[in-house]
Amino acid sequence: MGRITLSKVTKRFGDVEVIPPLDLEINEGEFVVFVGPSGCGKSTLLRLIAGLEDVSGGVISIDGQDATATPPAKRGLAMVFQSYALYPHMSVRKNIAFPLRMAGIDKAEQDRRIDNAAKVLNLTDYIDRRPGQLSGGQRQRVAIGRAIVREPAAFLFDEPLSNLDAALRVGMRLEISELHKRLATTMVYVTHDQVEAMTMADKIVVLRAGYIEQVGSPLELYRKPKNLFVAGFIGSPKMNLISGPEAAKHNATTIGIRPEHISVSATEGMWKGRVGVSEHLGSDTFFYVHDTGLGTEMTVRLSGEVEMKSGDTVYFTPDADKIHRFDDKGLRLE
Amino acid sequence: MARSVTSQRKLINTGLAWLIGLIIFFPILWTILTSFKTEAQAINDPPIFLFFDWTLENYAIVQERSDYMRFLWNSVIIAGVSTLLGVMIAVPAAWSMAFVPSKRTKDILLWMLSTKMLPAVGVLYPIYLIFIELGILDTRVGLIVVLMLVNLPIIVWMLYTYFKEIPGEILEAARMDGASLRSEILYVLTPMAVPGIASTLLLNFILAWNEAFWTLNLTAANAAPLTAFIASYSSPEGLFYAKLSAASTMAIAPILILGWFSQKQLVRGLTFGAVK
Repeated sequence: MGRITLSKVTKRFGDVEVIPPLDLEINEGEFVVFVGPSGCGKSTLLRLIAGLEDVSGGVISIDGQDATATPPAKRGLAMVFQSYALYPHMSVRKNIAFPLRMAGIDKAEQDRRIDNAAKVLNLTDYIDRRPGQLSGGQRQRVAIGRAIVREPAAFLFDEPLSNLDAALRVGMRLEISELHKRLATTMVYVTHDQVEAMTMADKIVVLRAGYIEQVGSPLELYRKPKNLFVAGFIGSPKMNLISGPEAAKHNATTIGIRPEHISVSATEGMWKGRVGVSEHLGSDTFFYVHDTGLGTEMTVRLSGEVEMKSGDTVYFTPDADKIHRFDDKGLRLE
Repeated sequence: MARSVTSQRKLINTGLAWLIGLIIFFPILWTILTSFKTEAQAINDPPIFLFFDWTLENYAIVQERSDYMRFLWNSVIIAGVSTLLGVMIAVPAAWSMAFVPSKRTKDILLWMLSTKMLPAVGVLYPIYLIFIELGILDTRVGLIVVLMLVNLPIIVWMLYTYFKEIPGEILEAARMDGASLRSEILYVLTPMAVPGIASTLLLNFILAWNEAFWTLNLTAANAAPLTAFIASYSSPEGLFYAKLSAASTMAIAPILILGWFSQKQLVRGLTFGAVK
């Protein structure tokens, strides 16, 4: 249960083609993350899978069945929305019971599943409250509870954590990952946050303007970005991209080097520059180096606490094995 | 920063508000007072404000001469059923306009409202003829249909504004949860819109209750509501102010009481959507 196949799926809003013909295979039990900048079509794609939007062309099948014309209620998918979309006039219990009630499941079974979900999600203490009396994190748990009681073929998450504060987000991220491990149900997750994508996904789908730029595991994307867009999008801080004579030395139009693959010295190195802003995170230190002579400012990441003053001259050297090369079309050169 | 208001300024504002309120309320007050006067005192010059011989005889005469309860019952039925019917038709209409708007939705809404700008008398003749043709002149059914249609644009507009405030994602969530369109409207949309639906019901009940043009022109003896009851005291045998006032007071009393108890709902209803 939970294999979703998109073939030649397109979506147009009026004359605007938001999703050009797109093929994608989501395997059973996989945690797939759609990631991309805002407006890349990732939410639209999720809504097409959900059935909340109609496709303009192509076929969506769920577990081998053509579901293109199936209404959302009949697709057997559960969705968690960015705004949680809880029913404000119902208690937590009634919210979670709603899909079961709609499915005509008997009361005893409803109670069993609700109590189970409430226990798993730590909602037992709030079960009789209304959504208005809950915090953001609790509301998100209720939304997830409402999704899991249905035992759906797949879960769809539409930026579920973006309304939470940073600390809570990390916690919920972990909870969702654990939930996935326990339930082993297919999850499709939309986010613009590449950290969420990297930490949670089995498979990341990087989208830009409706096109799939690359599909792969987090580390595949990190190690071998197919093109400049993926190279710049995956990884934080961003990969340094250098073009011109320095790139030509490597027989490429552009070369990319991640901030963490650069070593720094006060006395010698391949390149030289002047330290601008430095950010101390404790575990890591980020330097922004100016006047590098490379035609671009460089970001360097060193682990631990490194003291360096603004204006200091530094020498830095890229790790030769970790240089990414791209051709004039921005595609990766092997 | 909140604007500071001096206590003196506050006093003046309060006084002014009361004054304006009293000016607006005065005709109603005067009607009620007059209903307790004798006919002679009612037309006394200079007018007597409070110090007259209070009497209930006008009420007795009015009650004796015409069957108040029959008019009241007609009013209740006509206003009640036309409002309920209107809301039942308007809920799905407003749902589709608010949640699945088309390119023309705004135009349709404006067009519907524009029918309220047409002087009613302009269509009196055709409607009168249609009523004769259908045999529904002077029937409650006829009036219910006309009042429902007359108020429908307002009902749709009001519900549309309320529904617009409900986040579409919640309805989508219901759809994902397996709700059919019927369940979605019944279990999710309607309960969330209860305050809005309540004030729509209330306002339209009042509008239908007070509607005089159609009720006077399309009824005679059988289906006449309270508006016709008042009107029947206003002419033929000369003017009897005290009796007319008694009849008016009896006619407006139920709606006045209803309005008084539901004023919070009404104000909220009328300003809803204006302030986010």
